[in-house]
Amino acid sequence: MIDKNLSIDALRIMLNSRFFEEKTEELFKAGLIHGTTHLANGQEASQAGLCMALDDGDWIVPTHRCHGFTLCKGSWPVAMFAEMFGSRQGLAKGLGGSMHMPDKENCNLGSSAVVGSGVPLATGIAFYKKFESLGSASFAKSTTQNPKELPPVPVKNLSVAIFGDGASSRGSVHESMNLASIWKLPVLFYCENNRYGMSAPSDKMISVDKVSERASAYNMPGKVVDGNDFEAVYEAVREASAYIKAGNGPYLLEVMTYRFKGHSKSDRRLYRTSDEEQQWLLRDPIILFEQKMIENGYATKEEIDRIEQECRKGIDLQAETALKESFDKLTEDEVLNLVYATREDRS
Amino acid sequence: MTFREAIRKAMSDEMSADRNVILFGEDVGVYGGCFKVTEGLWKEHPDQVIDTPVSEEGFTGMAVGAAMMGLRPIIEIMYADFYTLIFDPIVNHAAKTHFMSGGQFCCPITVRLPEGSGTGHGAQHTQSPEALFMNGTGLKIVAPSNPSDAYHLLRASIRDNNPVLFFEHKLLYPMDGEISPEPVELGKAKVIGNGLDVTIIAYSHAVSTALETAELLHGMGINATVVDLRTLNPLDKETIFKQVRKTGRAVLIQDPNGIGGIEAQVCASICQDRETFSSLKCQVLQFSGKDTPIPFSKDLERLTIPQADKIAIEIGKLF
Repeated sequence: MIDKNLSIDALRIMLNSRFFEEKTEELFKAGLIHGTTHLANGQEASQAGLCMALDDGDWIVPTHRCHGFTLCKGSWPVAMFAEMFGSRQGLAKGLGGSMHMPDKENCNLGSSAVVGSGVPLATGIAFYKKFESLGSASFAKSTTQNPKELPPVPVKNLSVAIFGDGASSRGSVHESMNLASIWKLPVLFYCENNRYGMSAPSDKMISVDKVSERASAYNMPGKVVDGNDFEAVYEAVREASAYIKAGNGPYLLEVMTYRFKGHSKSDRRLYRTSDEEQQWLLRDPIILFEQKMIENGYATKEEIDRIEQECRKGIDLQAETALKESFDKLTEDEVLNLVYATREDRS
Repeated sequence: MTFREAIRKAMSDEMSADRNVILFGEDVGVYGGCFKVTEGLWKEHPDQVIDTPVSEEGFTGMAVGAAMMGLRPIIEIMYADFYTLIFDPIVNHAAKTHFMSGGQFCCPITVRLPEGSGTGHGAQHTQSPEALFMNGTGLKIVAPSNPSDAYHLLRASIRDNNPVLFFEHKLLYPMDGEISPEPVELGKAKVIGNGLDVTIIAYSHAVSTALETAELLHGMGINATVVDLRTLNPLDKETIFKQVRKTGRAVLIQDPNGIGGIEAQVCASICQDRETFSSLKCQVLQFSGKDTPIPFSKDLERLTIPQADKIAIEIGKLF
C-alpha cells in the first residue's frame, strides 16, 4: 500500500470532498444556494487519486461535476462555498457558480459547462506546455515531419482533460485526441466513467465496451482502472504521467466509478434501480479506503472517526464563514467591467 | 501593397515582435493558405506557422486553451462559412473566459475569417456571418475595407487581450493601397469626405459600394459623408451620431442580408439617441443583401448584394 502519510492525506481530502458535497446539498435544500449543482458523492477516489498524483504546475480542466476536483487540486472550500453563494469572495467572484470554479493559483482552468468542450481547452494548455518546454526550438518545423517519427521531447508539466462517459461521444473530444497525438502533446485524457450521461447509460450510448478502447484509434496507450480504489487511480495516474512527461505524447485513462446522487438536484433517478444503487454503496470508495488503512495498521477505527469529525467540522466552519460574507456581491459596474479584459490584464 | 499583402505583413510584423504569436490553420504553411494570404509566411517564421488537420472545432478550442496560458494565437478559418464549427470554442469559451473566471484568465486570440460573395462559390462558401457573433458578449469584431486599415487593425487585434473576429472580404484581397504610418485603434470608425447632405454608413466591402454611391450622388448634386465602421463591436457610436447629426440623413449599406444585422444595430442606436434621432430629416434608408442564401449563378449572385446605382436612385428620392 502507499505510505502512511500519503494515505492519511488522501483520506482527509476524500472526506473533505464528501462532506463538501453533503453540505452543499443541505444548503441547496435550505434554499440558501441559487441555481443548480452536480454532486460527486461516490467519485472521491477518482478525483483525489488524480489530483494527488499530479505534480506542481500540472493543470486540470474538470467536468461540470467539479467540486471534488477543485477541492483536491488545492482550492479553499470557503472560496468554493462563496462562489455558490454568488459573493465577491468566490473563486470567480460569484460570476461562475457551482459549475465554474477556476483557480489559476492552483492550476485549475475551471470547467466548461458544455459537456466535452473542456477537452480541447486542456489540449491547448498541453500545447502551451510543450511550446514552453521547447524554448526557442521549433514546434512548427516538427509539424512537417511524420508524427510517428518525432523524437520525444520531455516536458515538465502536463494538462489533464477530464471528461465523462457522456462527453466521450463529442466530436471535440475525438478531434482533441487526434491533435494531441499528431503533435505528441502532454495531455492526460482522463475519462471519469460514472456509468450515466445524465440518464443515458454508457453501455447503450458508446459503440465500444470501454472508452479507453478509443485510444488505439489515436495511437496512444489506453488503460482502465477501478475508480473507487484510490490507490489504483493514484498509481495509474503516476504511470501515465511518467509516460507523458517523458515526451511520448497523450495517454487515455478511464476510471470506472458511480455517482451516488442524481445528475443534478432535479434528478429523480428513474433510469436506474435502487438495487443497483445499493450494490454500489457497498463499494463506497471512502469506506473501502478506510478498511484498507485499518488492515494495514495505518489507523484505528477510533483515529479514523476522529479524522472524520475534524474534517466535517472544518467544512461546516468554512461554509458558515462563506455564508456570513455572502451579502458581499460585485456591483453592477464591476460586473460590466469584467466582460472585456483591459490592456493591463494578463493570463 | 494589396489588402492580402497587408494582412500577411501584419501577421509577420507581430510574429517578429512576439514569439507567442502563432498562426494555426488548414494549409496555411507551404500551400500559402486557400487565398494565398499566408504565402511565404512559413519561410520567414518557420516556428510560428502551423498546419492543422481539418478539425476547426478542435484546433480552435485548443488555441483558446493555449491563449488562456499566454499564447497569442491567430486562427485562419478557410472560409468564414465554417464559423458554425468554431461557435462553441469562440462564443461559449473564448468570449466568456475573462468574465466567468472573475478576471483570472484572458483569451487573446484572433480569428481571421475570409468572407463574402462575388466569387461564385455557392451558398456555403460566400456568407458574411459577422452579425451572428454580434451578441455573443465578450467578442470584438473587426471588418476592414482597405489595405491600410487591414494592416493596422490586424496588428491591434493580435495585441488585444480579448478574442477578436477579423472578417476579410474576399473581393478586397487584390485591392491596392498605401499603408498609412499612423496606427489605428479598435473601436474607431473612419470618416471619409465631408458632404453635408447625407451620411452613408458601411463597412468592409460595402464601403467600396458607399464610395461609388457617393460619387454618383455628387453627379446628382448631392454631397455625401461616408462613415467606415471598421470595428463592428464595439461600435463607434460617437462618430456615427456626430456624422448623422451633421447631415440629418442616414443611409446604411451592408453586403450580408439584413435581418438582425450590423446596420440594423446601427439604425437602432441612431433611433435611441435623442439628439441624433431629432436631427433626422427623413427615414433611415437601409440597403442589405437579400434574405436568401447566396446563389451560385453569376448574375443572380450580383442581384443579392446592394449595388451603388440603385442605392443612388433611392437616395435621390429623399431630396
